[in-house]
Amino acid sequence: MDDSNTILEVSHISKTFRSKNIFGRTTSEVSAVNDVSFRLQKQRTFGIVGESGCGKSTLARLVLRLIEADGGRVMYQGHNLLALGGEELRKLRRDIQMVFQDPFSSLNPSMTLLDNVAFPLWVNGTSKQDGRIAAHRYLEAVGIPRSSAERYPQSLSGGQRQRVAIARALVLEPKIVIADEAVSALDKSIQAQALNLFHELQQDFRLSMIFISHDLHVVELMSDTVMVMYLGMVVEVASVEDVYAQPYHPYTQALFKSTPSMDVTHKKLDGFKLSGELPSPLNPPSGCRFRTRCPMAMETCAEHMPELIEVGDGHTVACHLYGEADVARRAI
Amino acid sequence: MSAPVLKIDELVTEFTIRGQKVPAVRGVSLEVKKGKTLVVLGESGSGKSVMLRSIMRVLPRGAHLSGSITYNGDNVLDKSEAEMRRLRGNWISMVFQDSLSAMDPLFRVGEQVGENIREHRRFPKTTIRDQVIRLFGEVGIPSPAARTRSYPHEMSGGMRQRSVIAMALSNTPDILLADEPTTALDVTIQAQILSLFKQIQREYGMTMILVTHDIGVAVEMADEIAVMYAGKVVEYGDAKQVLGAPAHPYTQGLIAATPQKGKRGRLQVIPGQPPAITAMPGGCAFASRCRYATERCRKEMPPHTQLAGGHMTACYKTEDGQALAQLVRQ
Ligand SMILES: Nc1ncnc2c1ncn2[C@@H]1O[C@H](COP(=O)(O)OP(=O)(O)OP(=O)(O)O)[C@@H](O)[C@H]1O
Ligand SMILES: Nc1ncnc2c1ncn2[C@@H]1O[C@H](COP(=O)(O)OP(=O)(O)OP(=O)(O)O)[C@@H](O)[C@H]1O
Ligand SMILES: [Mg+2]
Ligand SMILES: [Mg+2]
Repeated sequence: MDDSNTILEVSHISKTFRSKNIFGRTTSEVSAVNDVSFRLQKQRTFGIVGESGCGKSTLARLVLRLIEADGGRVMYQGHNLLALGGEELRKLRRDIQMVFQDPFSSLNPSMTLLDNVAFPLWVNGTSKQDGRIAAHRYLEAVGIPRSSAERYPQSLSGGQRQRVAIARALVLEPKIVIADEAVSALDKSIQAQALNLFHELQQDFRLSMIFISHDLHVVELMSDTVMVMYLGMVVEVASVEDVYAQPYHPYTQALFKSTPSMDVTHKKLDGFKLSGELPSPLNPPSGCRFRTRCPMAMETCAEHMPELIEVGDGHTVACHLYGEADVARRAI
Repeated sequence: MSAPVLKIDELVTEFTIRGQKVPAVRGVSLEVKKGKTLVVLGESGSGKSVMLRSIMRVLPRGAHLSGSITYNGDNVLDKSEAEMRRLRGNWISMVFQDSLSAMDPLFRVGEQVGENIREHRRFPKTTIRDQVIRLFGEVGIPSPAARTRSYPHEMSGGMRQRSVIAMALSNTPDILLADEPTTALDVTIQAQILSLFKQIQREYGMTMILVTHDIGVAVEMADEIAVMYAGKVVEYGDAKQVLGAPAHPYTQGLIAATPQKGKRGRLQVIPGQPPAITAMPGGCAFASRCRYATERCRKEMPPHTQLAGGHMTACYKTEDGQALAQLVRQ
């Protein structure tokens, strides 16, 4: 991969949450993100998919340093964000904005929509007047009419609030946007508008994006590269074309199988049963974390954690099914 | 045919915005039969959540309701607040769209779900605890016993959503109103929750109104579908008919705008914006965005036209359908 095209590089980042009891003793540990590395290319979109609780939001928060990592690096413009502090960090972090998963608690209920959007500008020193002018522009761009700008968040529908949250993330004209389930609360026609808006803004403002979603169709539509996570670990990374044409990891394959279809005559879930034990990040299985639900699990899966190996051009997968043999075959 | 468990008649829900009365729901009539699922689709801001909140009677101060909502023969709008409290969370429960913030951050999630059972049932503490753990397992929360002791912020978005679903199901309600219950969930967990809903429906005859943006979910769950636009139902009918042969131009646009496997790049969108609720036009609210709209559409609100098989739509374009419906009726 060409280094000069990389805008953000995350390497070997990990986070374990520890709950402590009143005596300060650790009672439980959640391995939320385990040794994750990836590169975001300039003006490209990096999609992250994976089961609920697999660590997607935690990964995003680690990158932004909303929570502290146990280890690893996040390189941006020659600096390791995880090692910076104070003014330097604040300046660089302004370039990276996040649209949060929960539009209801991320807006300030005592401010109008307009002021909610203008606020990040004010904090960064823009005048009241200029901030509001810019906020109007962005609200309009996400489809909130001028007449609604003076309303308060509580009086909006779910989708309307989410659009305000998107406007607020974009108003600082960031270089990187991390969108955590940013469109899943929107109805399909507004969702289409928002996705198109992201596409346009990406071109207009030369944005690079990390797009987190559990909706495979949305990720397919938006991303150039897709990373599939399972219980805090990366199981597969590939270009969107490759991962949709040929998913290697049994979990990636399972994801595709359980997507509801649009075919009216075909209800997939009649008789649906989830097989295998649901694993928990509180107590992840030994070896491959997916093995307890994997139809192809072998003995070695319980013993060794599979490493990411390359199975195609820029296509990596962590699964014992694809061992040295595949790599060797490619080498020939 | 069995009688409807829940019947909504000419429901109007109005808010007061800056001293002005504005209707969010503008005359909705719907019914759901026992054990069946009505799926509500519709534009953002079209009044889906407000309609569900009206059924639960959980609306902000200053909201005004008219029409009727009949449950088991009684009009919910006539009930006292004390009677409503007995119904809520017990006979009728709701999974709110903002479920991620529905939990109290200061209490463990297990306690909060247990509290909802305790409010309506006299069970010993240990029974309630076991029940909460069982529920957590059923909605697919891994390590359910340990998770009952988590605080909301210690859970992922999807786990919090599942604990809210567990809370709504905790007293095996007659009617479940679910407002986008699976939006924060990935497809495997979504599949599990939807099958759990179906299982409870089979075993206990639970009736459901499900609001979703996901046509795939609608396909999976719906017996009937209502499509809302600007506070009104613009199309209503058997799920197969509505999705297979959508009659209203809005429904057609909605289906065309859905991302599907194999589609990349720009999506087809319905151009324009829905009207603000403070400025509803006199005629069809979709007219300004509709490619078939005529002068008449902008002036008069099209009435519900009956198509074949109980399928209804409010659109002048389908007036030919009217003739068809008359033939069917004779
Ligand atoms: N408390 C309130 N005060 C004033 N207006 C409100 C209030 N709650 C909702 N509204 C308005 O009522 C309309 C319908 O809102 P509702 O939340 O029912 O939409 P929805 O169909 O659920 O949309 P979404 O798909 O985005 O959740 C919206 O225009 C919204 O702004
Ligand atoms: N502050 C915290 N304290 C303790 N555990 C936490 C905390 N935040 C997250 N976790 C745990 O870390 C794991 C990963 O959570 P995360 O929110 O990153 O998942 P996610 O992939 O975003 O899931 P979802 O799709 O449901 O939003 C979960 O097991 C969660 O319970
Ligand atoms: Mg998340
Ligand atoms: Mg809603």
